[in-house]
Parts: sequence; structure tokens; C-alpha cells
Amino acid sequence: MSDQEHRHIFDNPQNVRRVIYALYVVCGISLIADFFIHRHVDHPWEALVAFYCVYGFVACVVLVLIAKEMRKVLMRAEDYYDD
Amino acid sequence: MTSIAPFVIFLIGAIIVSVTRGHVRSAVLVATPVIGALNLLSFSSGYSVHFELFEFTATPVRVDKLSLLFGYLFHLAAFIGAIFSLHVKDRVQHVSGTLYAGSAVGAVFAGDLITLFVFWELLALTSVFLILARRTPRSYAASMRYLIIQVTSGVILLAGVLMYAHQTGSITFDYIGLDGPASWLILLAFGIKCAFPFLHNWLTDAYPEATPTGTVFLSAFTTKVAVYALARGYPGTELLVYIGGTMAMFPIFFAVIENDLRRVLAYSLINQVGFMVCGIGIGTALAVNGAVAHAFNDVIFKGLLFMSMGAVLYRTGKINGSELGGLYKSMPFTAGFCIVGAASISAFPLFSGFVSKSMVMVAALHEGHPIIWLALLFASAGVFHHAGIKIPFFAFFSHDSGIRTKEAPPNMLIAMGLAAVLCVFNGTYPWLLYSWLPFPVDYEPYTVAHIIVQCQLLFFSALAFCWLKLSNLYPPELPSTNIDAEWTYRRLMPAVIGRIARALSWVNTGAVARVQRWLERMLLQIYRHHGPHGILARTWPTGSMAIWTTILLGAYLLLYYVAT
Repeated sequence: MSDQEHRHIFDNPQNVRRVIYALYVVCGISLIADFFIHRHVDHPWEALVAFYCVYGFVACVVLVLIAKEMRKVLMRAEDYYDD
Repeated sequence: MTSIAPFVIFLIGAIIVSVTRGHVRSAVLVATPVIGALNLLSFSSGYSVHFELFEFTATPVRVDKLSLLFGYLFHLAAFIGAIFSLHVKDRVQHVSGTLYAGSAVGAVFAGDLITLFVFWELLALTSVFLILARRTPRSYAASMRYLIIQVTSGVILLAGVLMYAHQTGSITFDYIGLDGPASWLILLAFGIKCAFPFLHNWLTDAYPEATPTGTVFLSAFTTKVAVYALARGYPGTELLVYIGGTMAMFPIFFAVIENDLRRVLAYSLINQVGFMVCGIGIGTALAVNGAVAHAFNDVIFKGLLFMSMGAVLYRTGKINGSELGGLYKSMPFTAGFCIVGAASISAFPLFSGFVSKSMVMVAALHEGHPIIWLALLFASAGVFHHAGIKIPFFAFFSHDSGIRTKEAPPNMLIAMGLAAVLCVFNGTYPWLLYSWLPFPVDYEPYTVAHIIVQCQLLFFSALAFCWLKLSNLYPPELPSTNIDAEWTYRRLMPAVIGRIARALSWVNTGAVARVQRWLERMLLQIYRHHGPHGILARTWPTGSMAIWTTILLGAYLLLYYVAT
């Protein structure tokens, strides 16, 4: 199959790095925008500097770390219910 | 009026599908929802059909803004689902899919609770074949569990409805509200179909076991009928705010560690329904509009995600994250459509989730639920994490699994393309959707602040994923089963019942053995005196006579005493 010979976009690690750098850039831009845009707030917590940035990051890290701990209690073999 | 009751068109369509094959069947499959939608155009808000049923008024068809929106939505979902499953040669699936869509349509146009009950049960009976049609022992077992739970929901609904009719003297399906045991029973029935916490496992159990095309149908109808029923019967019920918040939160933890990517989507379905339940619980015009708009968008983008995973399963025969990866090389269009669905469920600006999810969240803050708002915000970040990133990443990117296959068949690509266009259309031009909502909309999604904060939330969630992945903190995809509330009825209850049965059988065998020993001893005694070598055997006839005379005399004596 020609598929095997053909190099795809993410076969090149450089392209993977480019995606990650692009993510850093958009994170940076959205963070900087926080200082220039007046946000209408419905709640005092929202008014905190970079509230959504910090909350989004922390929420995801907490989510994954808790889920990892849950595995210790909840994880069973794939055929657990089969017998 | 020349219009036909909406579900009748699906019934006729299903009958024709059951007797045709090939291109004719395909044409009927696709035409049924189109004709249904054209028929629906002739209905206007306020139309209803009544007849007397004993001392009650039955309303088999009732049309208003809320039912019309769900009606059009279900026709749309049936249309996309029909195109997606055109390549399937299985008559059972086509008939069942068409009838299932018709049942959902019938349920949302039901103006009384008895009609609702009939379609409520039909939803269960028609959809179970989409799971059975996978024809594996696992899918058989899952479909039986699904059927039992769904039918139970119907039975509870019927009990609630009978009590409600007795209490109020009416079976009209309008606002019910939590007031007395009847309303609690009806809420419980709705809650089962809506996948409330602890009642949710039928969904994560059955949907991933259905056929690749069956899951697309399943994801569209049952839970959304329940959302519709809640929106009509229980708006503003505060309990729903907390139930919805819980539903939005807890499934995302399971989704992160789940390996079966369609099960990940099943958990994220519950998470999205959580937003809707929460909105209905808040009950203001903005919140209910948000809940309904989100239900509309969710059917499309969740359908799109299930379609993309269905295409992967169809082409590779695999669906576990641990076995997939690198499929963007073989299935680039499917990958692209999946990313559109992922962006929509994550509520990226310009995609459909953005214009509906935030309505519920803003309403939560306005009505003084800051903790719920924080929970929903957490769930928004989490859904991006597990559905927005995890699904496309582990299926199409990640490490190359070495699987080389073909792109999805054209009919699947067309269906996914349609759904993707709708996601972008509703995201960029929400006003059409807004004009169909039950209340006038006074909400502007595209403010600079909303765009910025949503970008911040999502970009930094992506950053967290990136950091966790690069630092190897991210839990790998592992072939595994994660135990959930279903453990109680798949393990605990069978174990307890088994133990009780063993104990009973021990008691039983013990008692039987004792009686047996007693009988044996008695027979032995008789044998000793009366057998061939017994003392009475020497004069058997006389001996027998003596015994029977003794018995008769004894009985006579006894009767004599009793009689006097």
C-alpha cells in the first residue's frame, strides 16, 4: 500500500512541536487579552485576574489526578462481568 | 386539516421498509423523515386532537412551540441516522430505527399522559433491536438489562399516571411539579430515561454494545424525550438543579479512565444532559431556552461524534482507545468531522455548543447558584478534556496503531458532513434556532467577553492535557472495566441472591434428608415385623388383617371420641 511509504503530517515530530507551540501562543494571547478587555461579570469570582485560565487549567489537572486515583478502586479486568 | 398524526408516517414508513429491499428500501428510509417533516409544516402551534376516553379527555396529538422544536429535531436526527445506516443490509435494524424515531416523535406530541406512556414503552421495545442486532452474547445480555430497566421506567410511569389521574381528575400532560407521591413516581420514571445519577448505567451499558449505526439512533432519542418530558412537567423544580449539576460532574471522571471510546461518549452524553436538567431545574425563560437549545445542538453533535466512532468501529472492528491511534492517515474526512463534533461539544466559538450551553450557565449565576455555576464550568472544561480532546486524539492521532483501513463509506461521510454543517450553522447563525425556542430570546452569545473567557477556559484546558501528557501524568488507555453503580445489580445483587438461594437449598436439602431418614426408619420397622422374615410374615393374611382391624378400630375409637 502506498500509505506505508507516504509520510503523514504528524510523522514529523517537528509538526507535533509546532502544534504545541501554537497552543502556547493562543494561551498567551488569550491571557494577555484578559488585561485589555473589560469583562462584564455576574459574580465576584469572575472578576479575578485570569480566573478562567486558572480555573480551566486547574480543573483539568484535578480531574485527571482524581480519575487516576479512582482507577485504583474501580478498575477491573476487561471481562469482569463476563463470567 | 389534511395532515396526518406525525408518528403514523414513521409507522407506514417502517411497514414499507419491512417488505422492500435494495434501492427502494433506501429511498423509503430517507424519504420517511422528509415526508414527516413536510407533514409537520402543516401543523401550527396550538393544534390538538381530543377524544373522550372513559371519564377522561385523551389528547393523542398536541402541538405547541416546545413539542414542535423536538418534533423537527427528531425528524432531522432520523434523516441523518437513516443516511448513515444506508449501507447496512439488516432489515431488523432499519425497521427498528424507523419505528424508534416514530415513537420519539409520538412521545413529544402526546398531549396526555396515557399516550405518553404508550410511546414511552414503544421507545424501549423498538430500540432494543438496535442493540440485539449486534448479535454478540455481550450485546444480548446488555439488551436484556436495557429492556428490563426501560420497561420498569414505563411501569413506574403508568403507576404514577394512574395515581395522578385519580388525584387530579385529569390526564392532560402539562406542568406537574413535585406535589405528592404520584408526581414523585412520574419524576422517577422520567429520571430513569434521563439517566439520573445511580439510574444511569443502562445507558453506559447498552449504547456501546449496540451496532455502529444503532448507537447513533439511540443517542438521539430516549434521553431527549426524557428531557422534553421534564421541561414540560417539572420546570423550576429546584431538585433538578442539583441533580443536573451532579450529572454534569461525575461522568467526566469515568470518561477520563474509560477505554471504550463509545462508552466515553455515553458518559459525556450524561454530562451534557446534566446541563439540560440543570437548566430545566432553574426554570427561568433563559434557562429553559438554554436547556432546549442545548438538547437540539447535543443531538446533532453527539450524533456526529457517535457517527465518527461508528465509522471507526465499522472500518477497523475496534473501538478501544488502547488499540486505536493514527487513523487520521486512513480516515482523514472522518477525523475532520469528529473534530467538528468535538469542537461543538466543547463549546468553541463558532460551533453549536457555544450558543446554547452558556445560556444555562448564565442563568445559574443570575438565579443565585454560584456553586452549581462552578460545577458546570468544571464540567465544561472536563467535557473538552474527555470528549473534545480524548476522543479524536486517541482514535485518530496519538501513537500510530499501525491500522491501515479505508475511509468511511460515502453514505456515512454524507451523514457526518450534514451534521458537521449543522453544528457550524447553529454556531455561527444561532438566530434561527433561537426563534424556535419556547420563550422569546433575550440573549447575545457573541460578546467579546464571552468569546475571550470561553477561549481562555478551553485553551488552558488543552494546555493542561498537553502538560499532563508530556509529563507522563496522563493515565494511559488500558483494557479494563470500571465498576460503576451498575455493580449493584450486575454483581452485588446476583451474589446476594445466590447466597440466599444456597442457604435456602441447604435448609431445604437438610429438611428433605431428615424426612427421608425418618421414612426409611419407619419402613425398616414395618419391614422388620411385616417383611418376608418378620414375625408377622408367618401369618401374612392374618397379620395384615390384624393390622387393618387395629387401624380401623383405632380410627373408629377416635371418631367416637371426637363425635361425643
